[in-house]
Amino acid sequence: MMSLYTRRIWINRIGITLSMVATSLGLIALLWILWTLFSKGFGALSWDLFTQDTPAPGTEGGGLRNAIVGSGLILLFSMLISTPVGILAGIYLAEFGRISKFASFTRFMTDIMLSAPSIVIGLFVYALFVATTGGFSGWAGSLALALIAIPVVVRTTENMLKLVPTSLREAAFAVGAPRWQVSLRVTLPAVKSGVVTGVLLAMARITGETAPLLFTALNNQFFNANMTEPMGNLPVVIYQFALSPYDNWVSLAWGGALLIAMLVLMINIGVRVVFRNKDKR
Amino acid sequence: MPDQAMPTGENIALQVRNLDFFYGDFKGLSNINLDIASKKVTAFIGPSGCGKSTLLRTFNRMYDLYPGQRAEGQILVHGKNLLDKNQDVNLVRAKIGMVFQKPTPFPMTIYENIAFGVRLYERMSKSAMDDRVEWALNKAALWGEVKDKLQQSGLSLSGGQQQRLCIARAVAVKPEIVLLDEPTSALDPISTAKIEELINELKNDYTIAIVTHNMQQAARISDFTAFMYLGELIEFNETGTIFMRPGKKQTEDYITGRFG
Repeated sequence: MMSLYTRRIWINRIGITLSMVATSLGLIALLWILWTLFSKGFGALSWDLFTQDTPAPGTEGGGLRNAIVGSGLILLFSMLISTPVGILAGIYLAEFGRISKFASFTRFMTDIMLSAPSIVIGLFVYALFVATTGGFSGWAGSLALALIAIPVVVRTTENMLKLVPTSLREAAFAVGAPRWQVSLRVTLPAVKSGVVTGVLLAMARITGETAPLLFTALNNQFFNANMTEPMGNLPVVIYQFALSPYDNWVSLAWGGALLIAMLVLMINIGVRVVFRNKDKR
Repeated sequence: MPDQAMPTGENIALQVRNLDFFYGDFKGLSNINLDIASKKVTAFIGPSGCGKSTLLRTFNRMYDLYPGQRAEGQILVHGKNLLDKNQDVNLVRAKIGMVFQKPTPFPMTIYENIAFGVRLYERMSKSAMDDRVEWALNKAALWGEVKDKLQQSGLSLSGGQQQRLCIARAVAVKPEIVLLDEPTSALDPISTAKIEELINELKNDYTIAIVTHNMQQAARISDFTAFMYLGELIEFNETGTIFMRPGKKQTEDYITGRFG
């Protein structure tokens, strides 16, 4: 009997060791990436980064102002498109189309879109929007990123709404509320923080997307806040500058990468805070 | 059930006639006939799965939310059949309120929890709404406890308070009938006593139908009691008669604790 017990202790020790090794491998990779980003990107951080535009080949200095503003605008508009569309579609799937054929078809397509390579979505928007409207533009970039964000928002919204206890949903119907009021006033607010989390995670997901912007927003080495023109943006600038022979470009690429990483990190921390506040209640 | 004793000489608030209920292919209720007396408490007792909650949920057509569930027969209120295809379900539910087993406050302020249902069917000024909220919370014996925190979330209340909030919410829309589906089974004895007291008060103004697992509760608070078993209404009579001189062997076995 004792030997059986000792055996179990040893199996336990081995199991814990293996999982700790696995965890550290993941952590080491992450910390390594962050460390490299910091050590190479920190030097590029300066006011110039935010006040000057991307430099022409062969010129000294320069910053990322045009790319930061461009990325911000493209992100803003893609979230303005994808948040309402995604939440409404999620409500439809969870509350209205529980058993309809159309809903299960939508759900299936959403799952495919979730795993679709982003370059395909970029090409899709290129063929449908860029080629027909006659040029690369910030709008095309926003549209491509929105298409990537929508399925994430749809899925989280639907999953969150499915967690709402049936009794709460029934209670709302029991006072005579029509379906749309039940959804918008009762069940959606009940899972508000979960839906906000989904939206923020979708935003984190598209912040670093490069491929869909290559064919849509393209890039612009000059400052541009006009969404109908090609627009500078961080991922594409990083992509181009990192491969360039100019030292100041490479350094700017590291700076941009660090900025994106910090933004994504902040979004993720924001998500944590949203959830922590929810738990406190 | 040919020889059911029905409430006679009373005002009838709701009549059930030849009601069958189906969960898909499974028959959950067969041939239910009974009358619910106006401004009285009618209790439904029986072992789990006997169909008492199912029956209650036909009265406000709650089953409509679920495809595959259907009711056949008639449920008459003011001579109109609630089960009619073209009967507006939301209007039915505004007239026939419901309180559930678990407290279900909406994720909004205490004030809004009450005002939400009222606003659906009535337009009124801010001050009239304030009055209505106070009136409903008073009806539910909750006003004193929450009058200083009407703008707090309904979820911040205790379980017993939440359940009274749900009762206030149900009476705020001034329904004719209030359905209570095991309203105290998730509450502690003190909260339960408060709710029972409240039910006694409410029957002055409302017709009440309550499903309960607790036979003592049925005996304490109801005027009429229906005993159900395996989807059938076995016996329906005045509460005193059901508990003192039950007419059927099954009823007697159940209330004396021999099964169920």
